[in-house]
Amino acid sequence: MADLSVNFVGIKAPNPFWLASAPPTDKAYNIERAFRAGWGGVVWKTLGEEGPPVVNVSGPRYGAVHGPDRRVAAFNNIELITDRPLEINLQEITEMKRRWPDRAIVVSLMVPCEEEAWKRILPRVEATGADGIELNFGCPHGMSERGMGSAVGQVPEYVEMVARWCKAHSRMPVIVKLTPNITDIRKPAEAARRGGADAVSLINTINSIMGVDLDRMVPTPHTDGKATHGGMCGPAVKPIALNMVAEIARAPATRGMPISGIGGIETWRDAAEYMALGCGTVQVCTAAMVYGFKIVQEMITGLEAYMDERGYARVSDFVGAAVPNVTDWQYLNLDYAVKARIDQDLCIKCGRCHVACEDTSHQAITHMVNGVRHFEVIDEECVGCNLCATICPIENCITMQPLVNEVDRRTGRFVDGSYSNWTQHPNNPMAKPLEPLEPAE
Amino acid sequence: MTAAPDIRAGRLAPGEYAENFSDLHAPLDRHEARVAGERCLFCYDAPCVTACPTGIDIPLFIRQITTGNPHGAARTILDANIFGGMCARVCPTETLCEQACVRNEAEGKPVQIGLLQRHATDALMGAGKQPYRRGAPSGRRVAVVGAGPAGLSCAHRLATLGHEVVVYEARPKAGGLNEHGIASYKSVDGFAQAEVEWILSVGGIEVREGQQLGRDFTLVDLRRDYDAVFLGLGLQAVNSLGIADGGLTGIEDAVAFIEALRQSPDLATLPVGRRVVVIGGGMTAVDAAVQAKKLGAEEVTIVYRRGAGQMGASAYEQELAQVNGVVIRHWARPVSVQGEGGALRSVTFTGTRDEGGQLVDTGETFTLPADQLFRAIGQLFVPGDLEGSGDVLDLASGRIAVDAERRTSLAGVWAGGDCAAGGRDLTVVAVEDGKQAALSIDRALLGFVPMAAE
Repeated sequence: MADLSVNFVGIKAPNPFWLASAPPTDKAYNIERAFRAGWGGVVWKTLGEEGPPVVNVSGPRYGAVHGPDRRVAAFNNIELITDRPLEINLQEITEMKRRWPDRAIVVSLMVPCEEEAWKRILPRVEATGADGIELNFGCPHGMSERGMGSAVGQVPEYVEMVARWCKAHSRMPVIVKLTPNITDIRKPAEAARRGGADAVSLINTINSIMGVDLDRMVPTPHTDGKATHGGMCGPAVKPIALNMVAEIARAPATRGMPISGIGGIETWRDAAEYMALGCGTVQVCTAAMVYGFKIVQEMITGLEAYMDERGYARVSDFVGAAVPNVTDWQYLNLDYAVKARIDQDLCIKCGRCHVACEDTSHQAITHMVNGVRHFEVIDEECVGCNLCATICPIENCITMQPLVNEVDRRTGRFVDGSYSNWTQHPNNPMAKPLEPLEPAE
Repeated sequence: MTAAPDIRAGRLAPGEYAENFSDLHAPLDRHEARVAGERCLFCYDAPCVTACPTGIDIPLFIRQITTGNPHGAARTILDANIFGGMCARVCPTETLCEQACVRNEAEGKPVQIGLLQRHATDALMGAGKQPYRRGAPSGRRVAVVGAGPAGLSCAHRLATLGHEVVVYEARPKAGGLNEHGIASYKSVDGFAQAEVEWILSVGGIEVREGQQLGRDFTLVDLRRDYDAVFLGLGLQAVNSLGIADGGLTGIEDAVAFIEALRQSPDLATLPVGRRVVVIGGGMTAVDAAVQAKKLGAEEVTIVYRRGAGQMGASAYEQELAQVNGVVIRHWARPVSVQGEGGALRSVTFTGTRDEGGQLVDTGETFTLPADQLFRAIGQLFVPGDLEGSGDVLDLASGRIAVDAERRTSLAGVWAGGDCAAGGRDLTVVAVEDGKQAALSIDRALLGFVPMAAE
């Protein structure tokens, strides 16, 4: 049986599935239930400064985009950091760590960008026995208006500065949680590393308006007729997050930096994808808020089965395994060619591949053949774009088959398995034919 | 078999009638409609549309339902089929749109097109909306004979095109088979009449009830008085069993039974036999058998001369009969009836088999005790009403011959629905006939040179 245990920047946990800092991790009661369900760790909902707690709206804090059958495709919130007194949170963290010594408890923090503020809170957190801290530089709503959260995460210099303070005033591992509401995610990650942070976690939520109530003419959710943007998460953000994770994992300045992956993880497969792109742990929130804590049991058993099947004895055997295969467009092999193939036994004849290709792409799929409804790829027109396979409602009905030692009937070019990319291409005015990655044809 | 024949009313407790004759399918609520609708794949050149005799854009109306636009969905349906509400209830969708649904290939279960169609049309009609308007007056007048689905479909389309329409109906009530000829659990709460009223509310249509062709007026009159005539006459007679019935009581036409049931103000007053035999294999046989059972008959047997696969009733309808406790016996035909004191007591059948396409008797016989026997072996068009008018219509296979535009052999006369040759004896086909005829009449009245008839 595969060993799912992790040691992430010195924080040990029986599995890589952690609950992200969010409503599910706001108090001991929830954490107790989470650990009983099997979660490997939690990131306690963000603590703020000592003093009067923050105040939340007493109304809708969540919005969603629904897919078929009202599945939650995307989710957002306007909830702030914990609105419970600091001392109560610290007591509960202490108690939970005592009750669950084998689980990871990381504490998320957000205090003003003043060294004294951090110096005040860090020892108190350390005293709880917590395994580490996560700096909330990502929250994009409410707190950012007060100069915290994503307002810090969007300025690499601040990220570096606060990370440095935390390392200077605490023995705990420091994880910097990044905001995706930024042009180049590598910049704050580099800053975190410069500041001495042990790891980054990403992504926090994305600035979002989930919809508009067309009767009241106000975005949703609204508070007494007015709305503000929230932070979006859930399955829809996973592709955005995966890209940002990969950017950090392969950038020379941040390569090898431990990453905790966050964003739309619902299943073991989602988690494994993050891990393949370099994440040592993953954090989950939305899926738990939609389905409850039991989902972790599917994640644990699914990841075990996958690792057993692939022969990975421990998680580190495949963390980052896909990173070397992420590259720039300019290095993609322009000699490679595929054609779509439709499995006629699986085809249900909905015709969507035809109309998608006919209306919006390359007119490369038939509709009628000899007067009969029949969908087949026209190799002379097919550019291998994958649109048909992507929109086909039947899994594996349309597959993309590489051409091997044969003529591409669209271009007339013989595909022989050679490699050449844009940097070498004759159409590229900037081509550098003298330094090809592979011998030219 | 000495007891008196047992045909009587009030076999059930008072509350049981309403329960037995309630809606066959509960309508989909908004959530159900959305979940059901989201299964639609929005096919290109969708097979369900091809399979619909009225060509309703099914993927479009389902998409409109799922996006919270049920009235728009209804408009999509009604533009193609003004009887979209009734067709959603009575269409054999399992042999039309739903049979063609590609989801059958994927999961063996089609999108619930019929129920979704009902959801949309109910929403619009329930809101009291009439999205159609009478067209700007063309100054032309059209006579429509028969206020069934064909006639009213034709009348409605003509009215929206601006023509003045007079509908002649022999019965005291409009609606045709929708009102008189289908099982009541398929059209509850007076839906058929409500739909007729809704269709007529477009304006420009005058319905004259109790006016029968051949009795109260002739085709010659209509051709003289109107710019065009549409005949939606339906079928007038029932095929005979071909055996001597000895004048026994208890032998009835299934269509008459169904009509009496539909028009009965109190089902508890409607007599039904304790043991009922229905001869036939179509929808009428099933409608009669199931309703006899629902009225409290103890034993109801459908006897059909061929196999399940040849029955006109779809597999779904056959199953409906069976789950309602009706026994279906295949491969047998009646050879004699036996009575006592002038009343039916039993029916004797011979077994049949198919020999190279020919139906032959096996020689084996059996006898079913029966208090009541319903004939449901098809209906006939009786051209007699058209005779004596001096105008002669060509017939084909015993019904009025029409071309693709539903033009008859007589200039200025169109026909559609069950009285026209080449149809499938379905409401939805009648609606399409009426619609196509109206479009053809409109083209003719506006002076377009018609294409030569086939």
